[in-house]
Order: sequence, then C-alpha cells, then structure tokens
Amino acid sequence: MPLKKKIQELKKRREEVQMGGGEKAIEKQLSMGKLTARERVIALVDEQSFHEYDLFVEHEARDFDMANKVLHGDGVIIGTGTINEEPIAVFAQDFTVAGGSLGMMHARKITKIMDHALKMRMPLIGINDSGGARIQEGVNSLAGYGEIFFRNTLASGVIPQISVILGPCAGGAVYSPALTDFVFVVENISKMFITGPEVIKTVLGEEISMEDLGGARVHSEITGNAHFYAKSEKECFEQIQKLLSFIPWSNDKKAPKKEVKPPKAKFKINNIVPGDSRQPYDIRDVVKAIVDDSDFLEVQELWATNMVIGFGRINGETCGFVCNQPLVLAGVLDVDSSDKAARFIRYCDAFNIPIVTLVDLPGYLPGIDQEHAGVIRHGAKILYAYSEATVPKVTIIIRKAYGGGYIAMGSRHLRSDFVFAWPSAEIAVMGPEGAANIIFRKEIMSAENPDEMRKLKVEEYKEKFANPYVAASKGYVDSVIEPDETRKLLIHAIDVAKNKQISGPKKKHGVPPF
Amino acid sequence: MKNTGDISKGTKDKDTSGNKLQFETFVILSAKYQTLLTTKYKNRKKWEPVNEKHVLSFIPGTILKVFVSDKEKVKKEQPLLVLEAMKMENTMFAPFDGTIKKVYVSTGDKVPKGTLMIEFE
Repeated sequence: MPLKKKIQELKKRREEVQMGGGEKAIEKQLSMGKLTARERVIALVDEQSFHEYDLFVEHEARDFDMANKVLHGDGVIIGTGTINEEPIAVFAQDFTVAGGSLGMMHARKITKIMDHALKMRMPLIGINDSGGARIQEGVNSLAGYGEIFFRNTLASGVIPQISVILGPCAGGAVYSPALTDFVFVVENISKMFITGPEVIKTVLGEEISMEDLGGARVHSEITGNAHFYAKSEKECFEQIQKLLSFIPWSNDKKAPKKEVKPPKAKFKINNIVPGDSRQPYDIRDVVKAIVDDSDFLEVQELWATNMVIGFGRINGETCGFVCNQPLVLAGVLDVDSSDKAARFIRYCDAFNIPIVTLVDLPGYLPGIDQEHAGVIRHGAKILYAYSEATVPKVTIIIRKAYGGGYIAMGSRHLRSDFVFAWPSAEIAVMGPEGAANIIFRKEIMSAENPDEMRKLKVEEYKEKFANPYVAASKGYVDSVIEPDETRKLLIHAIDVAKNKQISGPKKKHGVPPF
Repeated sequence: MKNTGDISKGTKDKDTSGNKLQFETFVILSAKYQTLLTTKYKNRKKWEPVNEKHVLSFIPGTILKVFVSDKEKVKKEQPLLVLEAMKMENTMFAPFDGTIKKVYVSTGDKVPKGTLMIEFE
C-alpha cells in the first residue's frame, strides 16, 4: 500500500475514533448544556496547542459480552497542550462513551498522563464527567481508581493538580478530585457524591435531588469540597486560566512575575476600617487596596466566609493572602475557617508562595456545636500549618488580635518573619469587655452601680492593653505602621525575605492533626 | 449555652455592589459585634442531652424484626429489634431492666440515623 493511502487510512481511523460515542450520544451531551470532552479540552488550552495521545487505545474486558463492544478511546481523552503559553497535561472523561465509565485501560490512560505531568513538572488538569466504575470490569476498575489516587498523592505538593467537575463524579471517583489542590464546579452541571440519591432513597426512603445532595452550590457553600464556582463551562475555563497565571508550574519554581501595577485608586486604605472594633467592614477591600492592580483571586469564596483566602501580587510577585473577615461572624476562627486557612497555607508553602496574613478577629467561636465538631483538632491545623511553613511570612494586625486567635493568625511565635500592626491594633489576651469582667470582678460586683463600674473598667483596660504598643514593647510586633505604609512595607519585607533559608529537625514527615 | 452568640437584629450599610447588608449583633465574650451570620451558623444543630430511655438508630437502615411491644417488661441485654444497615444485621439489646413505653417502628421501616425507635418508661 502506498504511503498516501496509509495516511488516508490514518485520517479515517482518527475521524472515527474522534466521534466518541457517536452522534446520538453527542447530541444528548449537548442537550444537557455540556460540551463534549474534546470541545472542553480545546476551549481550555491555548489555540492549536492540544496534542492527544492514546487515541487508539481499546478496552480489554471480556466478560459480560464486552468483547464485542467498541469503546472509542475507552471513554477518556488525554494529552498535552499549553495554557498562558506554558505546558500543561490534561485528561477529559468522555461521557458519550459508555457514560465515561472507568475501566482498566481508561485508568491506564489517565495514569500515563499523570506520570508525564509529574515527570515533566507541569500542572495536571483533570476534567471529570463519568458515571463511575465500569461494573463489567470488576476489580480491574477498582484497581484503576487506586492507581490514580496513589499518583494524586505522589504528585501532591510537586505539581499543581486541578480537578474540573463537568458532569457526575460519584462514588470512589470523588476521591481523585478530593486529593487535588483545586476543584472547579459549574452550576447545574457538576454533581459529586459518595452515594447518589437513588441509593439514599432505597436505604433511607429519603428523597433528595442530585443538585441538593451534591450540586455545585452545595460543594461551594456547605462542604468546602469545591474551590471555584462558575455559572458556565466557559467561565470555569477562564477561572482555571486565571488561577494558572498566579501559581508556579512546580514546587521548584516561583510563580511567574507580572508587570507591576499600583492598586486601583478607588480602594482608599485609610477609609475602609471603622475605628470601633465591633463594627464590620469587608477585609477584601483592604487586600484590594494593597495588591497590584487591586487584582485579588479569591479561593473558596462561598465557603467558611469568615475567613478570606486567595492570591494577589505584591510588586509583581504572587502572594497567598489569609485574612479574617469581620464582615461575617465577626471574623471568628471555627472548624471550617481553620480548615480552609490551614490547607491554603500548606499549598502556598509547598509552592514557594509568600504568605501575607491580615488579622482582625475576636478569637475562636464559642459554642457546644463547635466544641463537639472538634474545634480543638481543626483549630490546631492552622497552628500546625503556620508553624510548619518556611516561605516568607508577613503578618499585619489590622484591629483585633485576641487570645488564641492572636497566636494562630501568623503570630511572631509561629515564626512569622515580619509582624506589623496598624495603630488601630488591639493585641491582648482577650477583648476588653471579657477581660474587665474577670480581672475587675470584685470591684464591679461590690460597686454601687456595677454597670457604671464595668464600663469604667472596660475603658481602663482598653486604654492600657487594647493597643499595639504592649506587644511592640516586647518585640512581638516589629513596627507599628500607618495603613498607608502597608504596601510599601510589604514590598520591602517580601523582597528582603526572598532568600530566606531555614530548616527544622530531620524527620520523615510530621503528624498534623488531620 | 452562655457565649454562643446572643443575636438581635439590626440593619446597616451596603456591600461593595450596593446590596443592603443585614448586620446582626453577635456576642463573643461579652463584646457585641455587628456582623453577618452564615446560613450554616444559623442552621447549626442545637445540642440535646442524651436521654437514656430512648433507643435511637445509630446508623440509617431498615428494621428487619421487632421482638418487643408496648408495655412489655424486658431484661437487660434482651434483644429488642434488628436494624439492617450496610449489609449487616445489627441486633439492638435492652440497655437495662425495664418496661417498654412505646415502640415507634415496625418491620420494613426505613429509618434515618438518630430516629427514636423504642422508648422506655
């Protein structure tokens, strides 16, 4: 056969396989408001940059008549391309082929591209759209999941791993996304759960829709499993591209430096924070008044909103921001917000991203539900994460820093490199109201007018202790600064700390409270 | 339940996109803060002390058998019912000698976790 003919044959074969599950299945996919797997990959990566591998892989199942079934590409697309002109590895499950079910060869394709990503030190993006294990392939299918989870763990902290949930992701399949760094979900399209509505109905007789059980909103607001929420697949891909502009390609690199732009003029740092520390404000306005171009990419925007985390640039360099949010629950630390901050701190530490902490919190949230939910061990995560982190750490105490909250939020004692405080800072063992009630209990109780006396004593305590100068006099705060000076000092601090080198005692790994 | 957040309504201010924000008073260690409350916080489960006279389902499942009925006297460790869950048949036993006040479930019932199945007098 002449080469020309052979080339034609190749083209024919390619075309056939690229049709995935065939026209009908594609039509069905589109009617659900979803793109096909191939369309998704092409929309995600730079134009013309995608190259596919393992197009001609076929399954090897023989039981249950599987031998006669052709499953193009075995229900998954793998390949490499570029995003922001840097290489990335990607896999996308193809729901049109046997419901994107995971069989042995399907898993082998995914693990192949995972191995590539790890070896070549580039981000791995996994697009999940699968009905789950391919039951006909039995234990081989389970083995496939296991091999994927193992590689997720191996690659964790080495290369960025991103999971995009664009369809069902149920049962064991959910654990690959759960092991990765960032999970993206899309309204009405993403569904994640361990046991679906049908099983719940059979076992419990309880009826719940897929959306209410494990839809995009549920995972963005209630469970905290998702990090980014989008209204459409297009918006989701833009979010991924944006995230990738902020983070380094692997743990031996720094995030790409960007052109420096000053914060936008509309965020006036002197006008954001109310003087009365019991009045709320949006801490994100302070972040936007500090970071380049006021460009702040918030992570887990809808979950545990009393803590704000995300990426912003200081003088062109990506920093991870960890901030209490006085706007919500007065910015307290609780089970969820500790968890949220701790994981983010570990991400930043793993990927050489300096951590900037903005402090304004009344402490840990009191309550039976919190105690019983394990606020002790969850709260401990944040202490662990800060103490363990060796990247440059700069802490700015904006207003309240009381009690355990003061220690936890990147204090000097957990080895922050620089601790600055605004003149509005109140660094104390507890809030003036609570402290006065304890310290001056006798005077208050025995006074003719206890309420008057209490007010007097609260004022007295406030004046003496609710300020930054006591902590500054011990060297726990390096400088008391004007809000206006924050950005300038941050730029300087991060620049000074850029060659920071510290090492702790030799160990295999710690035993964090998770 | 001291210090769990004594809440009284108040209104003030707008967010950056101009939506009105409903601040509430939130008390922590005697200090009253103006802030927003999350749905999760508002919906948090109220704690209730354990009632030893209540036999609750410890796992969601199906009632396979019920061995006792209302007003029946039972001895400690006498089987009360079988609750099938996750492919296991779990026999639940009387925690002490006593009289059954009421049996709330019957064979075939599907019960969520924490359902009151049997009450002692």
